Amino acid sequence: MDIPTLTFFAFAAVLIFASMRVITARNPVHAALHLILAFFTCGAIWALLQAEFLAIAIILVYVGAVMVLFLFVVMMLDINMDRIRQGFWKHLPLGVVIGLLMVLEMGMVLGSRYFQVPAADAIEPANVSNVKTLGALMFSDYVYPFELASIVLLVGMIAAIVLTHRGPKNTKYINPSKQIAVKAQDRVRVLQMPVEKE
Amino acid sequence: MDAMLLSLTNMGHGLFGGLWPLVWAMVKIVLIVAPLMLGVAYLTWLERKVIGYMQVRIGPNRVGPWGLIQPIADGLKLLFKEIVVPSGANKAIFIIAPMLAIAPALAAWAVIPFTDTLVLANIDASLLYILAITSMGVYGIILSGWASNSKYAFLGAMRSAAQMVSYEIAMGFALITVLMVSGSLNLVEIVQAQERGRFAEMGLTFLSWNWLPLLPMFVVYFIAALAETNRAPFDVAEGESEIVAGFHVEYSGMAFALFFLAEYANMILVSTLTALLFLGGWSSPVGFLPDGALWLFAKVFVLLVLFLWFRATFPRYRYDQIMRLGWKVFVPLCLIWLFVVGIWMMSPLNIWK
Repeated sequence: MDIPTLTFFAFAAVLIFASMRVITARNPVHAALHLILAFFTCGAIWALLQAEFLAIAIILVYVGAVMVLFLFVVMMLDINMDRIRQGFWKHLPLGVVIGLLMVLEMGMVLGSRYFQVPAADAIEPANVSNVKTLGALMFSDYVYPFELASIVLLVGMIAAIVLTHRGPKNTKYINPSKQIAVKAQDRVRVLQMPVEKE
Repeated sequence: MDAMLLSLTNMGHGLFGGLWPLVWAMVKIVLIVAPLMLGVAYLTWLERKVIGYMQVRIGPNRVGPWGLIQPIADGLKLLFKEIVVPSGANKAIFIIAPMLAIAPALAAWAVIPFTDTLVLANIDASLLYILAITSMGVYGIILSGWASNSKYAFLGAMRSAAQMVSYEIAMGFALITVLMVSGSLNLVEIVQAQERGRFAEMGLTFLSWNWLPLLPMFVVYFIAALAETNRAPFDVAEGESEIVAGFHVEYSGMAFALFFLAEYANMILVSTLTALLFLGGWSSPVGFLPDGALWLFAKVFVLLVLFLWFRATFPRYRYDQIMRLGWKVFVPLCLIWLFVVGIWMMSPLNIWK
């Protein structure tokens, strides 16, 4: 077995362990931390496949931003694990069906050669960086799907703001720009008073 | 030099056999990290001296001539102190958090070039790599705040997390304009792109560097870097007068020292990045002087003194003002300048061909 294969199996083992811990950990913060480890290992495996842009992007987006906020929320919430576990047997059949469906789909993807599904061939142009190739494809062949995806994301972003925004609050909030723009003349009046003589 | 390197390689192959590439990589890592740690130690000394003189004090002056052995003495003191783990703390995460703080600060140096050829790993997407690695530095702070089981530490962690995530956006936009004009994500190529241009041909290379055409982005990047490293005036995560010492209030001894080292290593890192991306890296400011790593070090030194100067000059920002600056000033400014640079590059006035 050569070194890349060994590295792959090492990463795969860590990934499977981390993913298992995400759903089995009792402490929600530990679960979130294992999810971060899973994303990181996933990035490492993609880097092994020479998809360096995707590898760095998953670390940048998921590990660097999404999970920070996620961890933030998990830490703030007081999650009662016993209440969450209550409906376990009731929801189990639905969960099993969805899980089996996902396993089936993943099997289809992995066995695409066997099922004669036309898989996209990996293009490996010499001396052209991964990022450049991806960018060129994204802004030429796939420009409409790409723009559509960004519009969907934008709508999601605005929707999140609209749903959580409760209108102007009646607080004693001080506008910083007004604070900065204030001048001494507006606030302090220097009076000239003649000296009183007896 | 090449002959020496060749003989060294031959000797290494003789000594270690197939393991030599691994050993050689380790040697190079030590050659980067050891001077970096020394730089961190003396940056703390410089900070105390510079701020001391700015406040008409002398600063450290007892240990060694001009207090030069002070950082070593501080390091030894911290090394011998007990690491106290609070009884209510989550022990594993409490111990891991300082490591998570310092690891990204060191890992980012893997792709930092010192000259055209002097670089540990010259990868294609080195700028993206740096962005990804530095964005992980926030975990050390959040986890330390949470694991300490202290409300001050948690408040500091929350402030820091929100601040770092907000300023990363402005930082990312500033980097996007740099990579637009350089046409590359590779740091070596970004510096080489700055060595070309009309002014560079006239011998005035310093006017060809990115800071001039991208002046607003340069300012935004440097201020965002200040906020990312939690330095004054953006040090609300520590905020001694409000929340004691923020996220590292429960830490003592070497665990505290790791946070300290990480902060200063990050300062040197972002200064180096600013020098590479906007100030021409190792290229000399005028045509008749040779390029070299010394120029890079000089630029980094100037930027580091700026960090210290800011700390001595500006009062701490209020938390809502930080958020306003990040979201309502920097993000729109970056978006506008992104369009300006895009249109500039498409127009006949394009200077980056």
